[in-house]
Amino acid sequence: MANKISDETIEYVGILAKLELSGQEKEDAKADMEKMLDYIDTLNELDTDGIEPMSHVFPVKNVFREDIVTNGDGSKETLANAPLEKDQSFKVPKTIG
Amino acid sequence: MDITSLTAVELGKKIKAKEISVVEAVKASIAQIEKVEKDVNSFVTLDKEGALKRAEEVQKLIDDGKLTGPLAGVPVAIKDNMCTQGMLTTCSSKILGNFRPMFTAEAVKNLEEAGAVILGKTNMDEFAMGSTTETSYYGPTKNPWNLEHVPGGSSGGSCAAVAAEEAPYALGSDTGGSIRQPSSFCGVVGIKPTYGTVSRYGLIAYGSSLDQIGPVAKDVTDCATVLETIASYDPKDSTSIRRDSYDFTSALVDDVKGMRIGIPKDYFGDGLDAEVKENILRAVKVLEEKGAVVEEFDLSLVKYAIPAYYVIASAEASSNLARFDGVKYGYRTEEYEGLHNMYKKSRSEGFGPEVKRRIMLGSFVLSSGYYDAYYLKALKTKALIKKAFDKAFEKYDVIVAPAAPTTAPELGKSLSDPIKMYLGDIYTISVNLAGLPGITIPVGKDSKGLPVGMQLIGNCFEENKIIQTAYTFEQTKVYEAPELAKEDR
Amino acid sequence: MAKQYETVIGLEVHVELATKTKIFCGCSTAFGGAPNTHTCPVCTGMPGSLPVLNKQVVEYAMGIGLATHCDITRVCKFDRKNYFYPDNPQNYQISQLYQPIARNGYVEIAVGDTKKKVRIHEMHMEEDAGKLVHDEWDDTSLVDFNRSGVPLVEIVSEPDMRSSEEVIAYLEKLRTIIQYLGASDCKLQEGSMRADVNLSVREVGTQEFGTRTEMKNLNSFKAIARAIEGERERQIELIEEGKSVIQETRRWDDNKESSHAMRSKEDAQDYRYFPEPDLVPIVIDDEWIEKIKEKQPEFRDEKLERYKKEFDIPQYDAEILTESKHMADIFEETTAICGKPKKVSNWLMVETMRLLKEHSMEPEDISFSPANLAKLIGLTEDGTINSSVAKEVFEQVFEKNVDPESYVEEHGLKTVNDEGALEEVLKEVIAKNPKAIADYKGGKEKALGALVGQTMKAMKGKANPGMVNEKLREMLN
Repeated sequence: MANKISDETIEYVGILAKLELSGQEKEDAKADMEKMLDYIDTLNELDTDGIEPMSHVFPVKNVFREDIVTNGDGSKETLANAPLEKDQSFKVPKTIG
Repeated sequence: MDITSLTAVELGKKIKAKEISVVEAVKASIAQIEKVEKDVNSFVTLDKEGALKRAEEVQKLIDDGKLTGPLAGVPVAIKDNMCTQGMLTTCSSKILGNFRPMFTAEAVKNLEEAGAVILGKTNMDEFAMGSTTETSYYGPTKNPWNLEHVPGGSSGGSCAAVAAEEAPYALGSDTGGSIRQPSSFCGVVGIKPTYGTVSRYGLIAYGSSLDQIGPVAKDVTDCATVLETIASYDPKDSTSIRRDSYDFTSALVDDVKGMRIGIPKDYFGDGLDAEVKENILRAVKVLEEKGAVVEEFDLSLVKYAIPAYYVIASAEASSNLARFDGVKYGYRTEEYEGLHNMYKKSRSEGFGPEVKRRIMLGSFVLSSGYYDAYYLKALKTKALIKKAFDKAFEKYDVIVAPAAPTTAPELGKSLSDPIKMYLGDIYTISVNLAGLPGITIPVGKDSKGLPVGMQLIGNCFEENKIIQTAYTFEQTKVYEAPELAKEDR
Repeated sequence: MAKQYETVIGLEVHVELATKTKIFCGCSTAFGGAPNTHTCPVCTGMPGSLPVLNKQVVEYAMGIGLATHCDITRVCKFDRKNYFYPDNPQNYQISQLYQPIARNGYVEIAVGDTKKKVRIHEMHMEEDAGKLVHDEWDDTSLVDFNRSGVPLVEIVSEPDMRSSEEVIAYLEKLRTIIQYLGASDCKLQEGSMRADVNLSVREVGTQEFGTRTEMKNLNSFKAIARAIEGERERQIELIEEGKSVIQETRRWDDNKESSHAMRSKEDAQDYRYFPEPDLVPIVIDDEWIEKIKEKQPEFRDEKLERYKKEFDIPQYDAEILTESKHMADIFEETTAICGKPKKVSNWLMVETMRLLKEHSMEPEDISFSPANLAKLIGLTEDGTINSSVAKEVFEQVFEKNVDPESYVEEHGLKTVNDEGALEEVLKEVIAKNPKAIADYKGGKEKALGALVGQTMKAMKGKANPGMVNEKLREMLN
């Protein structure tokens, strides 16, 4: 089955991904995504009924830290790469309150 | 004596024996870099001054008997997706063009503690997304064997740097073949360890459930030695595995008697270049002659690995790369109106086309209504692929595979058709999905003179079997460097 | 006849856990501190950083789950919730969707004499976001990540509540349980407990639910009550006008007593949850659950019943004493020392509550030690000090946790029991007040009170009032 990606979908995914695509980029993205989804759809040939989805390959479990403070004042390091900074904070365009 | 032609372990021995000083070793690498870098472009960042300064410090520690390991004083190149404190770490992206991490990746730290001297950071496909190193914002790396060809990717800079003898060894990372495939294209040795063997702390994530750091070097001995140094249980990485043994060098034994080697028929059929196939099967013959038991079998599910991989890796990437937003570090667009416009412009200007393509795909497959059909389906496919390998490893110690369908393609020929490009990962990707270790070693050259590599895949935690097999084969041939590395010698 | 409407309310309650460190890194959770001082690569989303789970978070969450009759999920996992906002450093929040820590519980609430169960759908662990401060000077916002990564438990109820009274009873119940566990201080004003209200209305008798809205930014019980009333009216009005309620998130402005939609084109509210690849599953076995169960405290309801039975404390008093675990602990410890539950209860119910109110403090803020309260009770019981001096001393105990014995000693506040000295003073008082004496002798009992008062004053309050009374009568008769 051939996948069809609409302009609205590309627009919507752009909002989710916070990417602004130009006219040509949008057309390319549509075509790429349609092709990829058609390709991904080959997975539907596989019978996966009753198969447990595997997010981790190894059965590692219960990895914890103890509740002990190990870090001190990290403000200098945290802000070292800030594009814009004020009052020891990251400066961003106004968020709607 | 030609320092740059030595392997890392050979160089380490000479440094220990005071035949070569650390400064001389570093200077030799820098001289080679200065000679070939304009052609090869392996590095994004070079730190000549830092390396020379560090060389003196390391020399002192060696002289004082505080550093005695095999890699003490040996220079190294680090892939640019591993954090190095105070040193630019760009992931070959514009969006991290000015990023200097405030901490060093655990694997790199382990090397530093062993006395490594970092020469600089190597070029890669942007955020490790690609198979040619052409998606780098800082220009493509060229294959030292033929500058018209790509070095492979995404660790193309690391592999080219080793092949061109700019560095005795390097670190790469492998999410879908990014160490094994460029090692094959550049005629060097590379290992992708079992998932969880090398800490991912400080590795800038692409596909978190697939990413592993591994060594790239001229021979198997170097790779085993480097792996032994960088592998560790790291409490900072929850997916790090506490292994029973971190001894990989004891597997450097010239013996494959009784080693059961499986040849998946599905890997040697249509789509595999005849010369690549021929070279690999000839190498298998050598192993058989040395006592290995070789058998063909059906691995199955091979064609489903790529679609499953691209769903999982793109989905994870879309989330992992969300943090690059112009707020805390990296690139922020010049002009913007409001928050969301700032986000969109910074990201759209900061990321290249391949990264955007995968973020878009990943965001789509996770979006409302599609999760089960794509992501969950891919995770179930992954489970089946793991099972298929589990079954195969009941019968075999080592599985032989190509590292890529062809030798290195020409520059500029791969990016136009993404599906075709993704198909190039067919022999490497399932290893990442199943968390297995894999090694690539050079086995010959094609008629164009480009290297052919052979991939050996082992069961989880059984690096030593593939290391031993690779080492045994390696004893039957002499390492060959590209002409470019040897000129003026 | 006008239609009758019923309000249907479900709550999403966020509770900040009282751990020393953040959920995924070793940064302190302490309040205050200059911006970004309690941060590290993990809680600021630095490239290459990885989370490691704080075990105490899981144990607190299990404790809350068990106390609210939930099933603990035996294989519990984290998921990523993806959305862009500057207070969210990774632009995803590590939370739980598919396998949350606890499910299918309930708490019992009472409004007036009516008891009911409010069911809990699920509760999950997640990380808190940073803080945004709006900079009026240059129209920007400033991000501080000190709160980023502070552990939260989100408790999601079923839509079982029908009024603001029920909602507040539910919140108070949760708060008491969690405070008893020591898992959080649950202060709404400070944001360590936050409630989002999901509300819909429907005609009485209808089975289906109406379209609901989610109300955010509610930071006091009063604001919650007002927001519920406001939203109920807004929705009924829409329905009466033939319009429909839109499913949306709204922000309550308690000053204006109105709300506005938080929707924008850029907020798709499509969170693209998927399993967090950087964290491994939490597998909880019976043994671990038993261990947590053993550590559970005696909760309020049981404690209240026990106080009534064991100490013969009336219902109302027991309710006040057990409202805060801290108060109950002080009650029990003091009683254990002095063996006088009624006296202890009296000090806590009357003087302590008065002073708390006077200082605008919560019972949680009580800082005096049970030992000092017990000493004070001892001093009054053996007549060393009289009751008015005792109140004065108690204020010092309440404010500075002074040792009453040495305080009384140092300030010479002991009751004077010396009859000779008292007689001297009384003689003087009698001599100075011929009119009052005449009144008393003429049958006015009241006049005696004034004389006792004057005597007490002359003795700087240190006399024993009973003794003064007795002696005075004796001398006048």
